[in-house]
Amino acid sequence: MSQIAAVEPPPEESPTCTSYLDAGHTLVSWLTTTDHKRIGILYAIAITLFFFIAGFAIGLARLELMSPRGMLLTDEGYNRLFTLHGIVMVWFFLVPSIPATFGNFLIPLMIGARDVAFPRLNLLSWYIYLIGAGFTCYAIVAGGVDTGWTFYTPFSSLYANGNVVAAAAGVFVAGFSSIATGVNLITTTHMLRAPGMGWFRLPLFVWAIYATSLVMVLATPVLAMTLLLIVAERLFHLPVFNPHEGGDPILFQHLFWFYSHPAVYIMVLPAMGVISEVFSCFARRRVFGYVMMIYALLGIAIIGFFVWGHHMFVAGQSQYASLVFSFLSFMVAVPSAIKVFNWTATLYRGSISFEAPMIYAMGFLGLFTIGGLTGLFVASIPIDVHVTDTYFVVAHFHFIMVGGTVSAFFAALHFWWPKITGKLYSEAWARFAAIIMFLGFNTTFLPQFIMGYGGMPRRYHVYPQEFQVYHVISSMGALVLFAAYTLPLVYLGWSLFYGKRAGPNPWGATGLEWQTPSPPPEHNFDEIPRVDAPPYNYHPEKEEAFEPQGRS
Amino acid sequence: MSEDFAPKASSYADQWDWLFFVLVTVSAIVVAAVLVAIVVFSIRYRKGAAAFRKDLPGAFSNRLEYGWTTATALGFLAMFWWAAATQLHHAVPPEGAVEIHVLAKQWMWKIQQPNGVQEINELHAPTGQPVELIMTSEDVIHSMFLPALRLKQDVLPGRYTYLWFNGDKPGVYHLLCAEYCGTAHSRMTGRFILMSPVDYSRWSARQPQADNAAKQGEGLFNSLGCTGCHAQNSSVHAPDLHNVYGRPVQLADGRSVVADEAYLRDSILLPGKDVVAGFDPIMPSFRGQVNEEQIMQLIAYLKSLAAPGRNK
Repeated sequence: MSQIAAVEPPPEESPTCTSYLDAGHTLVSWLTTTDHKRIGILYAIAITLFFFIAGFAIGLARLELMSPRGMLLTDEGYNRLFTLHGIVMVWFFLVPSIPATFGNFLIPLMIGARDVAFPRLNLLSWYIYLIGAGFTCYAIVAGGVDTGWTFYTPFSSLYANGNVVAAAAGVFVAGFSSIATGVNLITTTHMLRAPGMGWFRLPLFVWAIYATSLVMVLATPVLAMTLLLIVAERLFHLPVFNPHEGGDPILFQHLFWFYSHPAVYIMVLPAMGVISEVFSCFARRRVFGYVMMIYALLGIAIIGFFVWGHHMFVAGQSQYASLVFSFLSFMVAVPSAIKVFNWTATLYRGSISFEAPMIYAMGFLGLFTIGGLTGLFVASIPIDVHVTDTYFVVAHFHFIMVGGTVSAFFAALHFWWPKITGKLYSEAWARFAAIIMFLGFNTTFLPQFIMGYGGMPRRYHVYPQEFQVYHVISSMGALVLFAAYTLPLVYLGWSLFYGKRAGPNPWGATGLEWQTPSPPPEHNFDEIPRVDAPPYNYHPEKEEAFEPQGRS
Repeated sequence: MSEDFAPKASSYADQWDWLFFVLVTVSAIVVAAVLVAIVVFSIRYRKGAAAFRKDLPGAFSNRLEYGWTTATALGFLAMFWWAAATQLHHAVPPEGAVEIHVLAKQWMWKIQQPNGVQEINELHAPTGQPVELIMTSEDVIHSMFLPALRLKQDVLPGRYTYLWFNGDKPGVYHLLCAEYCGTAHSRMTGRFILMSPVDYSRWSARQPQADNAAKQGEGLFNSLGCTGCHAQNSSVHAPDLHNVYGRPVQLADGRSVVADEAYLRDSILLPGKDVVAGFDPIMPSFRGQVNEEQIMQLIAYLKSLAAPGRNK
């Protein structure tokens, strides 16, 4: 990296370069940027848009579910809304959420690099994502899709009457942006670490994104292949899944979950990285069991590839296969449990303060614990036989993906907002939103566990009367949740114009990203820092004391 | 329709609830422990509070980590063991179950009782004896969900899946489709009616009588011309189908398979797939000539030709 510094020395007139935000104010300067920080922001804008589109879709569906008789929407309309919600949330919000925004923005800063390894590939990945999103938007505007986000065959390949091909093409294309981001971040972590930044000095967020990127690169091609097979059967009548032509309808589920279960870890591992950073900063303590935390991340990423069959306990797979998948599913929960214990233990003998990022992170811890424990329920075959395809499962995975990942996304947003924008937001409003989000989430999803236990199937437009009360509570919660999600738009937007200047390190954190101005200069560091310490060198016994990981 | 929340109609459902509530209790204890730890630490070690904050000795931290890792793994292993044992215990249907055929299609359930009585979106079954559902789908994947029994099984096109139960509480319960199957998925519901054996046979006798499935299958067997080759005195050399169901069959390519429903179905629709050793592959496919219901009837007939007491 020293060569780059030699080619482009910092401007003479100021000791720090212009910030990346001031490097160009035109739209073109943003759309042609190869700066990882700007690309992170481009991603953030795109996924925020999709988050609200998908949220709006399910908002309508939840409104509909206040009545058991289906008063507001047609069957077809309802099916298209929940399909839209699933496809857009999973592939256009959750998968890119933390890796493509905060991963992009922070990995080079955290390891002391000037940019990612392949800056142009990085920009290309955003355009690929947009092309994928374009196909999906076309599928929505042209009338929607009614397959559910899972695209089960032979329904999707032979019977569904929506724009399955366009939707599949959207997901197929977006997959390449995921792979490109993964390749980029893996290479960056391997090649561009600052002098002294050994593997066991990396912040856990870097490790989490590294593990996530491995899963992205290895699993996403399987999804691409699976979607191609659907299109081949739907457009060209190649009988792959059609049993009447000798195809196998179950084959699809094996292929699909071989990607989609690891994809759960694509969504939740980065969240775990965020929580480690936030907990240790606000507890003013080194993360408890740092090394074990790394092995836990890698363990989850690896074992996560071998548990896909737990989605298929009632699908008609062999009982013995189910037993093996059940066993492995219990085992993949061990490293997750260790992480929960270690985060909790990080608080012990700390000097804890409760700024907004910490409140979001504590919300994550509670919700992720419930989500993880109910994962053990659905890993138990007899329990799963009853609750699979009911609201119990819906509640379970929303606890992981919304309670977990989205809470962590907001924790990250509030933690690094001062770094990204150079501004401070209103702490009071942010804490308020965090608490409202936690309450709204629980009101929405706790009743769904009860409904599911009672046998309320998912993806039902009309439903038996006895479940109405739970649906009404759940819909009320969704309304609160919607308010909680819009609040940050307001106070964070306000801070952009009227917020106080943040300074380089408002939280007194140790990571390299805090040792450069906020917002960071275009090339991140005037001089590449030398790393001479492990991460998280906080000293709770001395108020506010810490040692930065490295110095320029 | 039972108005209770989550009614139970079998002793298996009781067992299931027991397992479920033990897991809920264990989870609640874990959540409470984490919550208490967080709250206690948050108060005791809040910024500015006087507290002891020196580092833990390294050996102690290590022992703590090994300890809770091992404890968690063993705890999970115990849960897995219990769940798996419950499952295996319920895996194999007992001999002599009442066999009810289920055909799913967008968006209805067609049921055929052992005596041939047909129902749509209603499933009558007797209590106190094992009942086995033999299920297939005409189009997409559906899923037979009987919440009162805590049981569910996907219903696949081109394949047979099975679900068995032993109900013990007469009543009217939900019958639901649990696998998303298109537009009217949420309307693919019906009633699951458990009756005492006396009521069941009384109900059955009141229905418009049809030949039972095997009898209908025999008619098809004759009218489709199967007898032309498969009769014992036929000039064409084809396997004798008496006693074939449930027995191992030696195939021309050296494999051996058990002649179950799936095998018989494949032999009718895809006769080239598993050719019996010693026979020429001359059987024509009946794909397009028989529908799923008729295939079920043909299989029921072939089963009736097997010696009794042989179940799989």
